[in-house]
Amino acid sequence: MVGVGRLVREGVRGSEQARTSRSHDSVSSFHRPLARVHNPTNKPGNRARIPLAMAGAGGGSNDVQWCFSQVKGAIDDDVAEADIISTVEFNHSGELLATGDKGGRVVIFQQEIENKSQPQCRSEYNVYSTFQSHEPEFDYLKSLEIEEKINEIRWLPQKNAAQFLLSTNDKTIKLWKISERDKRPEGYNLKEEDGRYIDPNTVTALRVPVFRPMDLMVEASPRRVFANAHTYHINSISINSDHETYLSADDLRINLWHQEITDRSFNIVDIKPANMEELTEVITAAEFHPHQCNTFVYSSSKGTIRLCDMRASALCDTHSKLFEEPEDPSNRSFFSEIISSISDVKFSHNGRYMMTRDYLSVKIWDLNMENRPVETYQVHEYLRSKLCSLYENDCIFDKFECCWNGNDSVVMTGSYNNFFRMFDRGQRRDVTLEASREGSKPRQVLKPRKVCADGKRKKDEISVDSLDFNKKILHTAWHPQDNIIAVATTNNLYIFQDKMN
Amino acid sequence: MDVSAEAKRIMAVSISKLYASRAQRGGMRLHRSLLLSVIMRSARDLYHSACLAKEREELGTAHLVPVTPEEDAMDTTANGEQVEVEVSQVEPEPESPLTPPIQEPMSSDSGAAQGACKTRTFSGKETVEDKENRSPVSPDRHSRKRRGKASVAPDFLPSKRARLSLELGEERVLRTGRRNCCRAGDAFTTLSLNSNRAIAAF
Repeated sequence: MVGVGRLVREGVRGSEQARTSRSHDSVSSFHRPLARVHNPTNKPGNRARIPLAMAGAGGGSNDVQWCFSQVKGAIDDDVAEADIISTVEFNHSGELLATGDKGGRVVIFQQEIENKSQPQCRSEYNVYSTFQSHEPEFDYLKSLEIEEKINEIRWLPQKNAAQFLLSTNDKTIKLWKISERDKRPEGYNLKEEDGRYIDPNTVTALRVPVFRPMDLMVEASPRRVFANAHTYHINSISINSDHETYLSADDLRINLWHQEITDRSFNIVDIKPANMEELTEVITAAEFHPHQCNTFVYSSSKGTIRLCDMRASALCDTHSKLFEEPEDPSNRSFFSEIISSISDVKFSHNGRYMMTRDYLSVKIWDLNMENRPVETYQVHEYLRSKLCSLYENDCIFDKFECCWNGNDSVVMTGSYNNFFRMFDRGQRRDVTLEASREGSKPRQVLKPRKVCADGKRKKDEISVDSLDFNKKILHTAWHPQDNIIAVATTNNLYIFQDKMN
Repeated sequence: MDVSAEAKRIMAVSISKLYASRAQRGGMRLHRSLLLSVIMRSARDLYHSACLAKEREELGTAHLVPVTPEEDAMDTTANGEQVEVEVSQVEPEPESPLTPPIQEPMSSDSGAAQGACKTRTFSGKETVEDKENRSPVSPDRHSRKRRGKASVAPDFLPSKRARLSLELGEERVLRTGRRNCCRAGDAFTTLSLNSNRAIAAF
């Protein structure tokens, strides 16, 4: 496998990977991609050997430089609403990359097998399958239209030749099977090749049908539909490490499903108050722990994260841990309550940390410390003085996602003006890059960008007032094993890779 | 820029957003509506405190006491729904991290669930710690700068206020000078009721 080969060269130790996989012995009958993946430790000694996914600011040989690889989507500025990308997700091996859009479609890209003649290039991602996952629906009881926009896609771990993913809109989750067909039976006695039936009286000899190769066809079929379990809008789905269950979360409730059973789900969290007028917070995201199948977290609009243990009780309204940072009084402003709302929560691959994204910052929490995060990174602090305008143009409600790299050493999130940010936890460095057509020549190295907060703008810097707030990067994804990232602008998907030296 | 004018503007923006979200495809989003109502509540409280600060400057402290019973008259004799909603408006405030600096005049009363209007107590301090709505001459706020009259009740507010006062037949004390300010403030309360009802409709 391409990605794993490179990581081995760059010094990830196999024995540490084995330590990770031993912790979930529950399912061992099939190959789990997780077992290959991650160097779980964040010890300083190991970090030096891990490729630092930072654009080199004149740095040493360890620095990674990001290059443009591909861009998918229409070029013209007139964006059709249905083409707006709403979610991006790599599968567990990184070979497949799925995107969902506002029109309810899912497009899956597949990484081609590496071109041996050009070892400098990593393989490209090409369209593998496209299908309409969700259609607009109408709730007659409430006289409401249900949007077909895909809110989240989650890949199931691969168990056989087919690939499975869960995709969800506001109300309904669907399990899709994506399978390949490259052979077909030919030589039936009673049927022509085009399907017409042959008159039996004209058959003079018998033959045995055989499988013959055909052009590869990728078929997507809905295998399960999980509907009617959510009164409010679904914001997250998360697949459990037990490979049997998954959770779905809406504004006030979290439900636990079995992957095979569609007519029943268990409600495990319910924060709806008896009197809705007393509502003070809603659930904004939820995720299962990557290794402990009894543990999940959910974040709230008030900036808190609750960790729940399903072994404690059937209904997990009482949290096991509550992660909350006291507000910094010097940063208090009129809008500080709403910018503390968490838009995304992601566990690290090693399961020791979790990352949360609020409007202005990214915070890394150690699961063993509840009273404050261990690291805080400012994404675009220069916006703090502009919150009133951002409220008026609705940008303050934007929900940015965040992601970890394969070995949890770097985190990434999006910003405005098609900028995205990476924070190297070990090196304590960060970089701002831009996803734009101007920087999109093949293998062109991305130049670090800088936003100038005060009036003294240097050359190549961009002032805050000239940022385009319509160009926002809300969804990003990092290949689980390699330095390949997928960054979604409004309707384009950019793929960047590190420069191969 | 006048804090109360800024707060009013934010209220207007919030209300228009809330109404616009009704027509949104996919229905009203609970999270968004909640955030909008949080902002509206903060703007309303800010507006009230700015109004009261102006009143205090104009009238002096001698006239403070009659204000409270009047507000009570409006709140407690109102129909049950209004009182209930105002009680519920106040309850979240102690939990809100926003409470200390901005709602300073309110915080000492937030435990008393008598209605949002009543939470106006008078402390010696200005509330303006928020950086958003800082006026250009903020260091001089306490000083001799003479405040203009509170502006006329904004015309975007519905006429519910007039209807309520007719229903309750309240006696207004000290109408002059404070009338416009309080009326607008009370109308804000009414509008915040609407926002809470919007959430209750979920």
